Amino acid sequence: MEALFVKLQLYLAYPFVRYALIVGVLIALCSSLLGVTLVLRRFSFIGDGLSHVAFGALAVATVVGVSNKMTIVLPITIFAAVLMLRAGKNAIIKGDAAIAMISVASLAFGYLLLHIFAPPVNLSGDVCSTLFGATSILTLTRDEMWISVVLSVLMLGIFIFFYHKIFAVAFDEDFARAVGTNAGLYNLMLAFVVAVVIVLAMNLVGALLISAFVIFPALSAMRLFRNFFAVTVCSAALSVFCALFGILVAVLAGTPVGATVVAIDVAAFLLCSGAGRLKSIA
Amino acid sequence: MPQIVCENLSLGYGGEVVVSGLSFSVSAGMYLCIVGENGAGKTTLMKTILGLRSPLKGSIVFGDGLRQREIGYLSQQTEVQRDFPASVREIVLSGCQGRMGFRPFYRTEEKELAARNMERMGIAELAERCYRDLSGGQQQRVLLARALCATQKLLLLDEPTAGLDPEVTADMYRVIHDLHQSGVTILMITHDVTEALPYATHILHLGGRVFWGTRNEYMREEEERR
Repeated sequence: MEALFVKLQLYLAYPFVRYALIVGVLIALCSSLLGVTLVLRRFSFIGDGLSHVAFGALAVATVVGVSNKMTIVLPITIFAAVLMLRAGKNAIIKGDAAIAMISVASLAFGYLLLHIFAPPVNLSGDVCSTLFGATSILTLTRDEMWISVVLSVLMLGIFIFFYHKIFAVAFDEDFARAVGTNAGLYNLMLAFVVAVVIVLAMNLVGALLISAFVIFPALSAMRLFRNFFAVTVCSAALSVFCALFGILVAVLAGTPVGATVVAIDVAAFLLCSGAGRLKSIA
Repeated sequence: MPQIVCENLSLGYGGEVVVSGLSFSVSAGMYLCIVGENGAGKTTLMKTILGLRSPLKGSIVFGDGLRQREIGYLSQQTEVQRDFPASVREIVLSGCQGRMGFRPFYRTEEKELAARNMERMGIAELAERCYRDLSGGQQQRVLLARALCATQKLLLLDEPTAGLDPEVTADMYRVIHDLHQSGVTILMITHDVTEALPYATHILHLGGRVFWGTRNEYMREEEERR
């Protein structure tokens, strides 16, 4: 046990491990807050769809060869998010089909682009780490950490400031609009924030695993609590705990970060389901 | 001056006209029942009055100190609400949204207003309970309390008794009747003409035959048709 602590201390002395912890916790916090709204509004799949789009955008950015890939990835993902959330309402192709269509198309095009244009040095390795997250956490730089911190704080501020509106629109959009809440604006904002969080999270957990960050904490919290505020707080706390624990385990055991955290999220969900069932029987 | 004047309205969706040339007005103190077959445009009319969609033709003018945003709306239950984790208090409070503008949090007077309306609907002791654990009748009372937070003047009810058993339905009509007696104008969509008729002052019938007038005129006309 003591050896474990010594090892941990050794790792924590490295700045990139600390960066990973900070970024991981912030991403977990943001995505779980969003998750509650997305799950309740039946948009669970949007995280998954958007991450595929972000993968496609990343491929484009790689091929074009810009120095800061965010400048291409972020706008494309935001655009897709707006498109998807709008598609839910009055489109020719219905919500879930539209999301599925956009996401697989971007995945295919992204991979195709990389195959044709990118230097084939370590293609499968690159693709694998984009899809499943970095196998080690050595990839985070100081700048990336600061971008994550700023965007996360911004997103947190937006969430707290508009908390009551987010609740009202999620519970009953028609009523909210009838009393003059600009639901369209909040939906647009939601799309924007979701896109930002997805892009941020992709570096750490990879495109295919982000959805788990969004939906598991929210679903776990809903097993335990029955009012919106408690569900939101519990979801955030649970997500932060799982991320922290998961990253530490990943560091110590040398397992991939994203997959480890998701595995712990799943375990937490099973525990919460059990506890919720016990609670309802008692 | 009436609270709502609808003039020569044409309503529809997807390029199809459901109602055309509809004119009527709602004054303070009315209890108006909107009846008609499915697809006759009842809900469309309601959404148009609320400003959720715009009419194809014609105009809706608000007066007598009523603004569009000050209409209390009781919607039909949605799929999302059925398993939504929210306490009664949270839902009733959200009725105060309209008066908040961009202010992020509720003030004390809004919390008091919510508490008063829960009291008025007899659900004060349910305040911390979860909405989805309540019975159908209790859920409707919660949504009514929320609508009352949004209005002092006019309630728009979209099939308030849908899916309720007969006893609870009768109870619901009594609650609405009491609200009407206390000075709230009522606009109600209903399938159930016979149940609602004793309380109504005016009837608007949409569909094949359009009728607009007082309840007595409506009943006289129904007699003659027989």
